[in-house]
Amino acid sequence: MKIVRRTALMCMPLGIAACGTGGSTPTVDVRPVIGASPAATPEPKELVVLAASSLTDAFNEMADDFPRRPEAAGLRLILSFGASTQLRIQLEQGAPADIYESADDAQMQLAVRAGLMQGTPTVFARNRLVVVLPKENRAGLTTLSDLGKPGIKLVATVRDVPVGNYTYQTLAKMAADPQYGAGFDQKVLANVVSEEANVRQIVTKVQLGEADAGFVYASEISPRITPDVKTIEIPERLQAAAEHVIGVTRTARAPVTAPRFIDYVHSPAGQTILKRHGFITLA
Amino acid sequence: MSAAVFAAMLVVLLLAVPLVALTWRALESGALGRAARSALAVQALQLSLLTSLASLALALICGTPLAYGLARLRFPGRGLVEALIEVPVVLPPAVAGIALLMAFGRRGLVGAPLADWGISLAFTPWAVVLAQCFVAVPFYVRAARTGFAGVDRDLEGAARVDGASALAVFWHVTAPLAFPSLLAGSVLCWARALGEFGATIMFAGSFRGRTQTMPLAIYAALETDLGVSLALSMLLVIISVATLVLVRVVVQRWEPQAVTNDTRS
Repeated sequence: MKIVRRTALMCMPLGIAACGTGGSTPTVDVRPVIGASPAATPEPKELVVLAASSLTDAFNEMADDFPRRPEAAGLRLILSFGASTQLRIQLEQGAPADIYESADDAQMQLAVRAGLMQGTPTVFARNRLVVVLPKENRAGLTTLSDLGKPGIKLVATVRDVPVGNYTYQTLAKMAADPQYGAGFDQKVLANVVSEEANVRQIVTKVQLGEADAGFVYASEISPRITPDVKTIEIPERLQAAAEHVIGVTRTARAPVTAPRFIDYVHSPAGQTILKRHGFITLA
Repeated sequence: MSAAVFAAMLVVLLLAVPLVALTWRALESGALGRAARSALAVQALQLSLLTSLASLALALICGTPLAYGLARLRFPGRGLVEALIEVPVVLPPAVAGIALLMAFGRRGLVGAPLADWGISLAFTPWAVVLAQCFVAVPFYVRAARTGFAGVDRDLEGAARVDGASALAVFWHVTAPLAFPSLLAGSVLCWARALGEFGATIMFAGSFRGRTQTMPLAIYAALETDLGVSLALSMLLVIISVATLVLVRVVVQRWEPQAVTNDTRS
């Protein structure tokens, strides 16, 4: 964000000639001007991407790969990660961003209804939940039912954060399942000792051994953390339909070039990276 | 000259504009009433007051002898202790959080043996108090040490000659004379504990009524209800300013009468 703004500020005193290769008048207003072809407006060479913290590793890899692609035409990515809720509120408060990625459709729909997005955001990957435990497993958890035992220290997020949303959905399904029984969700929720800011913080608290368990995306169990953790799988019938959604923001400074990154995320190259990081790809 | 005035004005504006903006947006959001009724805000305020006062109590009980010792005694390692109480003042809170985890976390240096005994600090109000003490107690100790060092030792000597015990001298002579420093240190310590965020969220986690203090509640509300977040922020600003004003008034009016009465009668 800072880089984009600084470039704009530096241009003003130096004059037009120093600014763009095109030599056309730099304009602060990025909305397409009626009558002018959008390509005539020089767009910044950076795309600011706000993405859910679960995308940290995958998008960082894309930030290396994407600029090397011909379709990127030298476009660089500036990434900012956080809970999808937090990022949406940043957008509402006028954070300059070209692309918003949310780990659930609920947050994206809130952004769309608030008029923060343009076009129709698209689903580009899916995910599923697993339960993550510290390797030493002090609490001695072996099955999902163990999560309801009193005294277990669980970490979660608030319900609005996508991973929390999916966790509550899974818990509701468990409570409706005769194997776990009505009230199971309440037993599990009573064990929550901390509501972390995002899924990454849950992973960290478990990895450090502070918490006994947490519901996280399967994509979080990267080779970097596997030496420190174990997992309990959640059967398909209890899974919530976790999906990652991406779109161009209404206030994008690069509205013409921003869709190129979204196309890239959907492309075989982007999907390969996502798959490698444990996401369920669409193809 | 005008450049200097402009530069000075920039600083004043930098400090004033965010506070004005915060207050304005908080009032405009109409969330003050909603915040006052929200369980999030009420529980956070209760927890913040409880934990910050507990931290202050610990600072007074344990920090006072330390400050006195640093001001009056020569002992081996004194320089090291003096350096040590400066560290948390300049340490980034995130570093404090990680350091506390490495020490008192379940795999920590002290935390691991404690965990074997079945004692776990993380995610409890005790963890909050520990984090607050780590960052805030040095503020009290530094101020108190300066206060004690400034007390005329002849007055203390005279009281001893008159037969007062060491504790009586401290209570009736040293402490009243050092009172403005002790008060200023206490307030700084309390305010720092009240505002503690980084170390708390990393070490104690965030849970309503248990570890979610005001700053953590502000952060949590930012994700769900910006208005409540603004209202809580404004409340913290009011508490901070009110405390500063109160201290100024008390220190200005303070006359160490106890000294005149007790040593001359």
